[in-house]
Amino acid sequence: MPKITYITVDGTERVIDVPVGTSVMRGAVLNDVPGIVAQCGGNAQCATCHVYVDEATLDKPEPVRPDEDDMLGFTADPRKEGSRLSCQLQVTEDLDGLIVHLPERQY
Amino acid sequence: MTGGAQPASVVVIGAGQGGQQTAVSLREHGYQGRITLISGEDALPYERPPLSKTYLKDGAYLRGDKQLWLRPATYYVNQSIDLVAGTVTGIDRTARAVRLADGSSYEYGHLVLATGARARTLGVPGAGLRGVHTLRTVRDAAALGASLAAARRAVVLGAGFIGLEFAAVARESGCEVTVVETRSRPLARVVSARAAAHFTRLHREAGTHLLFGQGVAALHGDRRGKVAAVETADGRQLPADLVLFGVGAAPHTELAAAAGLPVDDGITVDARLLTADPHISAIGDCASFPAPRTGGRLRLESVQNAVGHGRLVAERLTGSLRAYDELPWFWSRQFSTTLQIAGVDERPDREVVLGDDPDAFSVLLFRGNELRAVESVNRPGDHIAARRLLHRRVPLSPAGATAPGFTLKGYLTGASTG
Repeated sequence: MPKITYITVDGTERVIDVPVGTSVMRGAVLNDVPGIVAQCGGNAQCATCHVYVDEATLDKPEPVRPDEDDMLGFTADPRKEGSRLSCQLQVTEDLDGLIVHLPERQY
Repeated sequence: MTGGAQPASVVVIGAGQGGQQTAVSLREHGYQGRITLISGEDALPYERPPLSKTYLKDGAYLRGDKQLWLRPATYYVNQSIDLVAGTVTGIDRTARAVRLADGSSYEYGHLVLATGARARTLGVPGAGLRGVHTLRTVRDAAALGASLAAARRAVVLGAGFIGLEFAAVARESGCEVTVVETRSRPLARVVSARAAAHFTRLHREAGTHLLFGQGVAALHGDRRGKVAAVETADGRQLPADLVLFGVGAAPHTELAAAAGLPVDDGITVDARLLTADPHISAIGDCASFPAPRTGGRLRLESVQNAVGHGRLVAERLTGSLRAYDELPWFWSRQFSTTLQIAGVDERPDREVVLGDDPDAFSVLLFRGNELRAVESVNRPGDHIAARRLLHRRVPLSPAGATAPGFTLKGYLTGASTG
Protein backbone atom coordinates (compact mmCIF):
# COMPACT_ATOMS: atom_id res chain seq x y z
CA MET A 1 0.00 0.00 0.00
CA PRO A 2 1.42 3.45 -0.90
CA LYS A 3 2.95 5.27 2.04
CA ILE A 4 2.19 8.96 2.31
CA THR A 5 3.90 11.33 4.70
CA TYR A 6 1.88 14.17 6.20
CA ILE A 7 3.79 16.96 7.92
CA THR A 8 1.74 19.31 10.07
CA VAL A 9 2.55 22.96 10.70
CA ASP A 10 4.32 22.15 13.96
CA GLY A 11 6.61 19.74 12.11
CA THR A 12 4.99 16.50 13.26
CA GLU A 13 5.36 13.74 10.65
CA ARG A 14 2.84 10.96 10.14
CA VAL A 15 3.52 8.19 7.65
CA ILE A 16 0.29 6.49 6.64
CA ASP A 17 -0.53 3.55 4.38
CA VAL A 18 -3.31 4.89 2.18
CA PRO A 19 -5.27 2.43 0.03
CA VAL A 20 -5.09 2.76 -3.75
CA GLY A 21 -8.32 4.24 -5.12
CA THR A 22 -8.89 6.64 -2.23
CA SER A 23 -7.43 10.13 -1.95
CA VAL A 24 -4.67 11.84 -0.01
CA MET A 25 -7.44 13.85 1.69
CA ARG A 26 -9.27 10.72 2.86
CA GLY A 27 -6.02 9.16 4.06
CA ALA A 28 -5.57 12.16 6.34
CA VAL A 29 -9.16 12.40 7.53
CA LEU A 30 -9.57 8.70 8.35
CA ASN A 31 -6.27 8.63 10.20
CA ASP A 32 -6.97 11.67 12.26
CA VAL A 33 -4.27 13.86 10.72
CA PRO A 34 -5.14 17.39 11.85
CA GLY A 35 -5.23 20.26 9.40
CA ILE A 36 -7.51 18.98 6.64
CA VAL A 37 -11.13 20.13 6.72
CA ALA A 38 -12.53 18.77 3.43
CA GLN A 39 -15.85 20.50 3.90
CA CYS A 40 -17.29 19.44 0.53
CA GLY A 41 -16.24 15.82 0.89
CA GLY A 42 -13.78 15.59 -1.96
CA ASN A 43 -15.53 17.39 -4.78
CA ALA A 44 -13.08 20.21 -5.44
CA GLN A 45 -15.70 22.70 -4.24
CA CYS A 46 -14.35 24.23 -1.08
CA ALA A 47 -10.53 24.38 -1.08
CA THR A 48 -10.35 23.29 2.58
CA CYS A 49 -8.14 20.25 1.94
CA HIS A 50 -5.23 22.32 0.66
CA VAL A 51 -1.76 20.77 0.98
CA TYR A 52 1.73 21.64 -0.25
CA VAL A 53 3.41 18.74 -2.01
CA ASP A 54 7.05 18.59 -0.89
CA GLU A 55 9.57 19.79 -3.47
CA ALA A 56 11.29 16.42 -3.47
CA THR A 57 8.08 14.61 -4.52
CA LEU A 58 6.59 17.18 -6.89
CA ASP A 59 6.81 14.76 -9.83
CA LYS A 60 4.70 12.04 -8.21
CA PRO A 61 1.12 13.28 -8.58
CA GLU A 62 -0.76 13.82 -11.83
CA PRO A 63 -0.79 17.47 -12.92
CA VAL A 64 -3.42 19.90 -11.72
CA ARG A 65 -6.66 19.79 -13.76
CA PRO A 66 -8.52 22.98 -14.66
CA ASP A 67 -11.26 22.80 -11.99
CA GLU A 68 -8.68 22.14 -9.28
CA ASP A 69 -6.56 24.97 -10.67
CA ASP A 70 -9.50 27.35 -10.30
CA MET A 71 -10.18 26.23 -6.75
CA LEU A 72 -6.55 26.67 -5.78
CA GLY A 73 -7.16 30.37 -6.22
CA PHE A 74 -9.48 30.14 -3.22
CA THR A 75 -7.28 28.61 -0.52
CA ALA A 76 -7.01 30.25 2.90
CA ASP A 77 -3.20 30.05 2.97
CA PRO A 78 -1.31 31.32 -0.06
CA ARG A 79 -0.99 29.20 -3.16
CA LYS A 80 2.59 28.14 -3.83
CA GLU A 81 4.40 25.70 -6.05
CA GLY A 82 3.22 22.32 -4.86
CA SER A 83 -0.20 23.58 -3.79
CA ARG A 84 -2.84 20.91 -4.35
CA LEU A 85 -6.31 20.00 -3.20
CA SER A 86 -5.65 16.69 -1.47
CA CYS A 87 -9.10 15.41 -2.47
CA GLN A 88 -7.94 15.55 -6.09
CA LEU A 89 -4.78 13.52 -5.39
CA GLN A 90 -6.03 10.03 -6.22
CA VAL A 91 -3.87 7.41 -4.57
CA THR A 92 -2.04 5.10 -6.97
CA GLU A 93 1.15 3.08 -6.54
CA ASP A 94 2.95 6.06 -8.14
CA LEU A 95 2.13 8.12 -5.07
CA ASP A 96 4.17 5.87 -2.78
CA GLY A 97 6.61 8.11 -0.91
CA LEU A 98 4.61 11.31 -1.46
CA ILE A 99 5.28 13.98 1.16
CA VAL A 100 2.71 16.69 1.81
CA HIS A 101 2.88 19.67 4.15
CA LEU A 102 -0.30 20.92 5.76
CA PRO A 103 -1.03 24.63 5.71
CA GLU A 104 -1.71 26.69 8.79
CA ARG A 105 -5.30 27.49 7.88
CA GLN A 106 -8.00 25.94 5.69
CA TYR A 107 -10.66 28.65 6.00
CA MET B 1 -14.61 38.49 24.01
CA THR B 2 -18.05 38.49 25.52
CA GLY B 3 -16.70 38.50 29.05
CA GLY B 4 -19.28 35.83 29.88
CA ALA B 5 -18.09 32.48 31.16
CA GLN B 6 -18.03 29.58 28.75
CA PRO B 7 -20.75 27.02 29.39
CA ALA B 8 -19.63 24.04 31.46
CA SER B 9 -21.14 21.66 28.94
CA VAL B 10 -22.52 21.73 25.41
CA VAL B 11 -25.10 19.25 24.20
CA VAL B 12 -25.68 19.05 20.44
CA ILE B 13 -28.83 17.35 19.18
CA GLY B 14 -28.09 15.97 15.73
CA ALA B 15 -24.76 14.64 14.46
CA GLY B 16 -25.07 15.69 10.84
CA GLN B 17 -22.46 17.95 9.31
CA GLY B 18 -23.55 21.01 11.29
CA GLY B 19 -23.71 19.27 14.65
CA GLN B 20 -20.44 17.49 14.09
CA GLN B 21 -18.75 20.72 12.98
CA THR B 22 -19.93 22.45 16.16
CA ALA B 23 -18.19 19.81 18.26
CA VAL B 24 -15.03 19.85 16.13
CA SER B 25 -14.80 23.65 16.15
CA LEU B 26 -15.41 23.88 19.89
CA ARG B 27 -12.33 21.76 20.50
CA GLU B 28 -10.35 23.67 17.87
CA HIS B 29 -11.13 26.87 19.76
CA GLY B 30 -9.88 25.34 22.98
CA TYR B 31 -13.21 24.62 24.62
CA GLN B 32 -12.52 22.25 27.50
CA GLY B 33 -16.01 21.58 28.83
CA ARG B 34 -18.04 18.48 28.21
CA ILE B 35 -19.39 17.95 24.67
CA THR B 36 -22.21 15.51 24.00
CA LEU B 37 -23.18 14.89 20.40
CA ILE B 38 -26.49 13.05 20.17
CA SER B 39 -27.13 11.17 16.94
CA GLY B 40 -30.41 9.73 15.80
CA GLU B 41 -28.54 7.53 13.33
CA ASP B 42 -26.48 4.43 13.95
CA ALA B 43 -23.46 5.65 11.93
CA LEU B 44 -20.50 7.85 12.76
CA PRO B 45 -21.04 11.42 11.47
CA TYR B 46 -20.69 11.35 7.70
CA GLU B 47 -20.89 13.39 4.50
CA ARG B 48 -24.33 13.58 2.97
CA PRO B 49 -23.72 15.07 -0.51
CA PRO B 50 -22.32 11.85 -2.05
CA LEU B 51 -25.47 9.92 -1.07
CA SER B 52 -27.33 11.04 -4.18
CA LYS B 53 -24.23 10.87 -6.38
CA THR B 54 -21.07 8.76 -6.13
CA TYR B 55 -22.26 6.61 -3.23
CA LEU B 56 -24.89 5.04 -5.48
CA LYS B 57 -22.51 4.46 -8.37
CA ASP B 58 -20.67 1.24 -9.13
CA GLY B 59 -21.90 -0.36 -5.93
CA ALA B 60 -19.94 2.07 -3.76
CA TYR B 61 -22.64 1.79 -1.09
CA LEU B 62 -21.76 -1.90 -0.72
CA ARG B 63 -18.43 -0.88 0.82
CA GLY B 64 -20.30 0.73 3.72
CA ASP B 65 -20.37 4.14 5.31
CA LYS B 66 -16.71 4.29 6.35
CA GLN B 67 -15.83 5.99 3.07
CA LEU B 68 -18.12 8.87 4.07
CA TRP B 69 -16.98 9.38 7.65
CA LEU B 70 -16.09 12.93 8.53
CA ARG B 71 -13.65 11.63 11.18
CA PRO B 72 -12.68 8.19 12.45
CA ALA B 73 -14.08 6.84 15.73
CA THR B 74 -10.75 7.49 17.48
CA TYR B 75 -11.11 11.22 16.82
CA TYR B 76 -14.16 11.53 19.08
CA VAL B 77 -12.46 9.50 21.80
CA ASN B 78 -9.25 11.52 21.61
CA GLN B 79 -11.13 14.82 21.63
CA SER B 80 -13.45 13.76 24.47
CA ILE B 81 -16.55 14.26 22.36
CA ASP B 82 -19.22 11.92 23.68
CA LEU B 83 -21.14 10.43 20.78
CA VAL B 84 -24.49 9.23 22.02
CA ALA B 85 -26.91 7.25 19.85
CA GLY B 86 -30.46 7.94 20.79
CA THR B 87 -33.68 9.79 20.18
CA VAL B 88 -34.31 12.99 22.08
CA THR B 89 -37.88 13.14 23.34
CA GLY B 90 -37.90 16.49 25.09
CA ILE B 91 -36.08 19.59 26.26
CA ASP B 92 -36.56 20.84 29.82
CA ARG B 93 -35.53 24.48 29.58
CA THR B 94 -35.96 25.10 33.29
CA ALA B 95 -33.72 22.24 34.35
CA ARG B 96 -31.55 22.76 31.23
CA ALA B 97 -31.63 19.10 30.31
CA VAL B 98 -32.60 16.97 27.34
CA ARG B 99 -34.42 13.67 27.80
CA LEU B 100 -33.85 10.64 25.60
CA ALA B 101 -36.24 7.86 24.71
CA ASP B 102 -34.22 5.35 26.73
CA GLY B 103 -34.87 7.36 29.89
CA SER B 104 -31.43 8.93 30.10
CA SER B 105 -31.00 12.68 30.29
CA TYR B 106 -28.20 15.15 29.72
CA GLU B 107 -27.84 18.52 31.40
CA TYR B 108 -26.51 21.35 29.30
CA GLY B 109 -24.85 24.68 29.85
CA HIS B 110 -25.65 25.37 26.20
CA LEU B 111 -27.81 23.38 23.82
CA VAL B 112 -27.38 23.32 20.04
CA LEU B 113 -30.31 22.16 17.94
CA ALA B 114 -28.84 20.63 14.78
CA THR B 115 -31.83 18.45 14.12
CA GLY B 116 -31.78 18.73 10.32
CA ALA B 117 -34.69 17.92 8.09
CA ARG B 118 -36.66 14.91 6.98
CA ALA B 119 -37.51 13.94 3.43
CA ARG B 120 -41.05 14.84 2.50
CA THR B 121 -43.32 12.31 0.87
CA LEU B 122 -46.69 12.70 -0.80
CA GLY B 123 -49.86 11.54 0.89
CA VAL B 124 -50.87 9.37 -2.04
CA PRO B 125 -52.16 5.78 -1.87
CA GLY B 126 -49.35 3.24 -2.11
CA ALA B 127 -46.63 5.45 -0.64
CA GLY B 128 -45.72 2.67 1.76
CA LEU B 129 -45.12 -0.02 -0.88
CA ARG B 130 -41.78 -1.80 -1.07
CA GLY B 131 -39.47 -0.24 -3.61
CA VAL B 132 -40.64 3.28 -2.69
CA HIS B 133 -37.82 5.36 -1.28
CA THR B 134 -36.79 8.65 0.19
CA LEU B 135 -33.16 9.75 0.38
CA ARG B 136 -31.77 11.47 3.40
CA THR B 137 -29.51 9.13 5.35
CA VAL B 138 -26.78 6.66 4.54
CA ARG B 139 -29.25 3.92 5.43
CA ASP B 140 -31.73 5.33 2.89
CA ALA B 141 -28.95 5.39 0.31
CA ALA B 142 -27.99 1.77 0.93
CA ALA B 143 -31.62 0.70 0.50
CA LEU B 144 -31.96 2.82 -2.63
CA GLY B 145 -28.70 1.47 -4.05
CA ALA B 146 -29.82 -2.13 -3.50
CA SER B 147 -33.16 -1.35 -5.10
CA LEU B 148 -31.47 0.35 -8.04
CA ALA B 149 -29.20 -2.63 -8.67
CA ALA B 150 -32.28 -4.75 -9.37
CA ALA B 151 -34.43 -2.08 -11.01
CA ARG B 152 -35.30 -1.72 -14.67
CA ARG B 153 -37.70 1.19 -14.50
CA ALA B 154 -37.33 4.00 -12.01
CA VAL B 155 -39.81 6.82 -11.47
CA VAL B 156 -38.63 9.91 -9.62
CA LEU B 157 -41.29 12.13 -8.09
CA GLY B 158 -39.99 15.68 -8.06
CA ALA B 159 -37.35 17.41 -10.19
CA GLY B 160 -35.35 19.04 -7.42
CA PHE B 161 -31.66 18.43 -6.79
CA ILE B 162 -32.04 15.06 -5.04
CA GLY B 163 -34.48 13.82 -7.68
CA LEU B 164 -32.37 14.90 -10.63
CA GLU B 165 -29.08 13.71 -9.15
CA PHE B 166 -30.61 10.30 -8.53
CA ALA B 167 -32.25 10.30 -11.98
CA ALA B 168 -28.80 10.83 -13.52
CA VAL B 169 -27.25 7.97 -11.55
CA ALA B 170 -30.18 5.66 -12.35
CA ARG B 171 -29.94 6.49 -16.05
CA GLU B 172 -26.18 5.91 -16.03
CA SER B 173 -26.73 2.51 -14.47
CA GLY B 174 -29.02 1.56 -17.35
CA CYS B 175 -32.44 2.12 -15.88
CA GLU B 176 -35.34 3.52 -17.82
CA VAL B 177 -36.07 6.72 -15.90
CA THR B 178 -39.11 8.99 -15.72
CA VAL B 179 -39.22 12.16 -13.63
CA VAL B 180 -42.63 13.54 -12.72
CA GLU B 181 -42.78 17.16 -11.59
CA THR B 182 -45.85 19.23 -10.72
CA ARG B 183 -44.24 22.50 -11.78
CA SER B 184 -43.54 23.50 -15.34
CA ARG B 185 -39.78 23.07 -15.09
CA PRO B 186 -37.10 21.42 -12.94
CA LEU B 187 -35.39 23.12 -9.97
CA ALA B 188 -38.19 25.65 -10.06
CA ARG B 189 -37.52 27.56 -6.88
CA VAL B 190 -33.76 27.20 -6.78
CA VAL B 191 -32.27 28.10 -10.17
CA SER B 192 -32.99 30.45 -13.06
CA ALA B 193 -35.08 29.36 -16.04
CA ARG B 194 -31.92 29.40 -18.13
CA ALA B 195 -30.04 26.96 -15.89
CA ALA B 196 -33.18 24.83 -15.51
CA ALA B 197 -33.51 24.60 -19.30
CA HIS B 198 -29.96 23.30 -19.50
CA PHE B 199 -30.71 20.50 -17.04
CA THR B 200 -33.93 19.66 -18.86
CA ARG B 201 -31.94 19.21 -22.06
CA LEU B 202 -29.20 17.24 -20.31
CA HIS B 203 -31.64 14.70 -18.90
CA ARG B 204 -33.69 14.45 -22.09
CA GLU B 205 -30.56 13.88 -24.17
CA ALA B 206 -29.63 11.07 -21.79
CA GLY B 207 -32.97 9.45 -22.59
CA THR B 208 -34.78 10.30 -19.37
CA HIS B 209 -38.50 11.04 -19.65
CA LEU B 210 -39.42 14.32 -18.00
CA LEU B 211 -43.08 15.01 -17.30
CA PHE B 212 -43.69 18.58 -16.17
CA GLY B 213 -46.92 20.08 -14.88
CA GLN B 214 -47.95 16.62 -13.81
CA GLY B 215 -49.15 15.41 -10.42
CA VAL B 216 -49.26 11.92 -8.95
CA ALA B 217 -52.55 10.22 -8.07
CA ALA B 218 -51.38 6.91 -6.65
CA LEU B 219 -48.67 4.28 -6.51
CA HIS B 220 -49.80 0.77 -7.35
CA GLY B 221 -48.23 -2.45 -6.14
CA ASP B 222 -48.07 -6.03 -7.24
CA ARG B 223 -49.49 -8.91 -5.21
CA ARG B 224 -46.40 -9.06 -3.04
CA GLY B 225 -46.64 -5.45 -1.97
CA LYS B 226 -43.89 -4.16 -4.22
CA VAL B 227 -44.39 -1.04 -6.28
CA ALA B 228 -45.30 -1.74 -9.90
CA ALA B 229 -46.60 1.53 -11.33
CA VAL B 230 -47.11 5.22 -10.75
CA GLU B 231 -50.47 6.66 -11.72
CA THR B 232 -50.24 10.29 -12.75
CA ALA B 233 -52.95 12.85 -12.04
CA ASP B 234 -54.12 12.64 -15.66
CA GLY B 235 -54.50 8.87 -15.40
CA ARG B 236 -51.34 7.62 -17.09
CA GLN B 237 -49.78 4.44 -15.71
CA LEU B 238 -45.99 4.56 -15.54
CA PRO B 239 -44.52 1.09 -14.91
CA ALA B 240 -41.96 1.23 -12.12
CA ASP B 241 -40.04 -1.15 -9.92
CA LEU B 242 -38.38 1.70 -8.04
CA VAL B 243 -39.89 5.02 -6.96
CA LEU B 244 -38.04 7.86 -5.25
CA PHE B 245 -39.76 10.77 -3.55
CA GLY B 246 -37.69 13.83 -4.34
CA VAL B 247 -40.20 16.38 -3.11
CA GLY B 248 -38.08 18.34 -0.68
CA ALA B 249 -37.41 18.24 3.00
CA ALA B 250 -39.16 19.51 6.11
CA PRO B 251 -37.13 20.84 9.03
CA HIS B 252 -37.23 18.98 12.34
CA THR B 253 -38.74 21.68 14.53
CA GLU B 254 -40.93 19.59 16.84
CA LEU B 255 -38.56 19.52 19.81
CA ALA B 256 -38.08 23.28 19.66
CA ALA B 257 -41.81 23.93 19.31
CA ALA B 258 -42.64 21.59 22.18
CA ALA B 259 -40.11 23.47 24.32
CA GLY B 260 -41.96 26.71 23.54
CA LEU B 261 -39.34 28.18 21.21
CA PRO B 262 -40.54 30.28 18.26
CA VAL B 263 -40.75 28.25 15.07
CA ASP B 264 -41.71 29.42 11.63
CA ASP B 265 -40.47 27.61 8.54
CA GLY B 266 -37.57 26.56 10.77
CA ILE B 267 -36.48 27.24 14.32
CA THR B 268 -36.26 31.03 14.59
CA VAL B 269 -32.79 32.33 15.48
CA ASP B 270 -31.09 35.73 15.51
CA ALA B 271 -27.97 36.84 13.65
CA ARG B 272 -25.83 34.95 16.15
CA LEU B 273 -27.96 31.84 15.67
CA LEU B 274 -29.48 32.04 19.14
CA THR B 275 -33.09 31.05 19.68
CA ALA B 276 -35.35 33.05 22.00
CA ASP B 277 -33.66 31.12 24.84
CA PRO B 278 -30.09 32.43 25.37
CA HIS B 279 -29.01 28.91 26.32
CA ILE B 280 -30.18 27.35 23.04
CA SER B 281 -28.87 27.80 19.48
CA ALA B 282 -30.21 26.29 16.27
CA ILE B 283 -28.11 25.64 13.17
CA GLY B 284 -28.18 24.18 9.68
CA ASP B 285 -31.21 22.83 7.85
CA CYS B 286 -33.55 23.30 10.83
CA ALA B 287 -32.72 26.98 11.47
CA SER B 288 -34.46 30.04 10.09
CA PHE B 289 -31.94 32.88 10.34
CA PRO B 290 -31.81 36.54 9.27
CA ALA B 291 -30.37 36.82 5.76
CA PRO B 292 -27.18 38.77 6.33
CA ARG B 293 -26.98 40.42 2.92
CA THR B 294 -30.45 40.73 1.59
CA GLY B 295 -32.79 41.12 4.56
CA GLY B 296 -35.67 38.79 5.35
CA ARG B 297 -35.08 35.29 6.65
CA LEU B 298 -33.38 32.26 5.18
CA ARG B 299 -33.53 28.55 5.80
CA LEU B 300 -30.98 26.71 3.71
CA GLU B 301 -30.39 23.01 3.20
CA SER B 302 -26.72 22.78 2.34
CA VAL B 303 -23.44 21.57 3.75
CA GLN B 304 -21.89 25.03 3.50
CA ASN B 305 -24.70 26.49 5.59
CA ALA B 306 -24.64 23.72 8.21
CA VAL B 307 -20.87 23.82 8.59
CA GLY B 308 -20.74 27.63 8.61
CA HIS B 309 -23.42 27.76 11.29
CA GLY B 310 -21.63 25.13 13.37
CA ARG B 311 -18.39 27.08 13.24
CA LEU B 312 -20.10 30.31 14.22
CA VAL B 313 -21.82 28.80 17.26
CA ALA B 314 -18.54 27.22 18.40
CA GLU B 315 -16.79 30.58 18.05
CA ARG B 316 -19.55 32.35 19.94
CA LEU B 317 -19.46 29.85 22.79
CA THR B 318 -15.73 30.42 23.10
CA GLY B 319 -15.93 34.20 23.16
CA SER B 320 -16.50 35.63 19.66
CA LEU B 321 -19.17 38.25 19.02
CA ARG B 322 -19.32 37.69 15.26
CA ALA B 323 -22.72 37.66 13.54
CA TYR B 324 -23.31 35.06 10.84
CA ASP B 325 -22.59 36.54 7.41
CA GLU B 326 -21.20 33.73 5.27
CA LEU B 327 -22.04 33.78 1.61
CA PRO B 328 -24.19 30.76 0.78
CA TRP B 329 -22.83 28.44 -1.90
CA PHE B 330 -24.01 25.17 -3.27
CA TRP B 331 -23.23 22.62 -5.92
CA SER B 332 -24.88 19.79 -7.79
CA ARG B 333 -23.41 17.20 -10.11
CA GLN B 334 -25.53 15.44 -12.72
CA PHE B 335 -23.95 13.26 -15.40
CA SER B 336 -20.69 15.09 -16.10
CA THR B 337 -22.16 18.54 -15.52
CA THR B 338 -21.41 20.60 -12.45
CA LEU B 339 -23.71 23.39 -11.35
CA GLN B 340 -22.36 25.78 -8.76
CA ILE B 341 -24.32 28.57 -7.13
CA ALA B 342 -22.82 31.49 -5.23
CA GLY B 343 -25.21 33.63 -3.22
CA VAL B 344 -28.94 33.20 -3.02
CA ASP B 345 -31.87 35.19 -4.31
CA GLU B 346 -35.41 33.94 -4.77
CA ARG B 347 -36.69 36.85 -6.80
CA PRO B 348 -34.03 38.33 -9.05
CA ASP B 349 -35.32 40.83 -11.61
CA ARG B 350 -32.42 40.95 -14.06
CA GLU B 351 -30.23 38.26 -15.59
CA VAL B 352 -26.99 38.45 -17.53
CA VAL B 353 -25.59 35.31 -19.15
CA LEU B 354 -21.83 34.91 -19.60
CA GLY B 355 -20.40 32.42 -22.07
CA ASP B 356 -21.42 31.34 -25.57
CA ASP B 357 -20.98 27.62 -25.01
CA PRO B 358 -24.41 26.02 -24.38
CA ASP B 359 -22.70 23.53 -22.06
CA ALA B 360 -20.61 26.03 -20.08
CA PHE B 361 -22.10 29.34 -18.98
CA SER B 362 -22.89 31.45 -15.96
CA VAL B 363 -26.10 33.26 -15.12
CA LEU B 364 -25.66 36.45 -13.11
CA LEU B 365 -28.77 37.29 -11.10
CA PHE B 366 -29.43 40.88 -10.12
CA ARG B 367 -31.98 42.67 -7.99
CA GLY B 368 -32.04 46.15 -9.48
CA ASN B 369 -28.42 47.18 -9.85
CA GLU B 370 -27.12 44.75 -7.27
CA LEU B 371 -25.56 41.38 -8.04
CA ARG B 372 -27.26 38.83 -5.78
CA ALA B 373 -26.24 35.38 -7.03
CA VAL B 374 -24.33 33.61 -9.79
CA GLU B 375 -25.13 30.18 -11.22
CA SER B 376 -22.25 28.53 -13.06
CA VAL B 377 -22.66 25.51 -15.30
CA ASN B 378 -19.27 23.89 -15.95
CA ARG B 379 -17.53 27.21 -15.25
CA PRO B 380 -15.72 26.68 -11.93
CA GLY B 381 -13.55 29.75 -12.49
CA ASP B 382 -16.63 31.96 -12.70
CA HIS B 383 -17.98 30.39 -9.53
CA ILE B 384 -14.87 31.10 -7.52
CA ALA B 385 -14.65 34.66 -8.82
CA ALA B 386 -18.35 35.13 -8.02
CA ARG B 387 -17.88 33.85 -4.49
CA ARG B 388 -15.14 36.38 -3.95
CA LEU B 389 -17.03 39.26 -5.55
CA LEU B 390 -20.19 38.54 -3.55
CA HIS B 391 -18.28 37.90 -0.34
CA ARG B 392 -16.50 41.23 -0.60
CA ARG B 393 -19.66 42.92 -1.83
CA VAL B 394 -17.86 44.35 -4.84
CA PRO B 395 -20.51 46.38 -6.69
CA LEU B 396 -21.46 45.07 -10.12
CA SER B 397 -24.43 46.24 -12.18
CA PRO B 398 -26.09 44.52 -15.17
CA ALA B 399 -24.62 47.26 -17.37
CA GLY B 400 -21.14 46.50 -16.06
CA ALA B 401 -21.57 42.78 -16.65
CA THR B 402 -22.66 43.30 -20.25
CA ALA B 403 -19.69 45.52 -21.13
CA PRO B 404 -17.60 44.11 -24.01
CA GLY B 405 -14.96 41.65 -22.87
CA PHE B 406 -16.37 41.41 -19.34
CA THR B 407 -15.29 38.40 -17.30
CA LEU B 408 -15.87 37.78 -13.59
CA LYS B 409 -12.23 36.89 -13.06
CA GLY B 410 -11.01 40.02 -14.84
CA TYR B 411 -13.46 42.17 -12.91
CA LEU B 412 -12.34 40.62 -9.63
CA THR B 413 -8.69 41.23 -10.47
CA GLY B 414 -9.48 44.83 -11.38
CA ALA B 415 -11.42 45.29 -8.17
CA SER B 416 -8.54 43.84 -6.12
CA THR B 417 -5.79 45.95 -7.62
CA GLY B 418 -7.66 49.08 -8.63
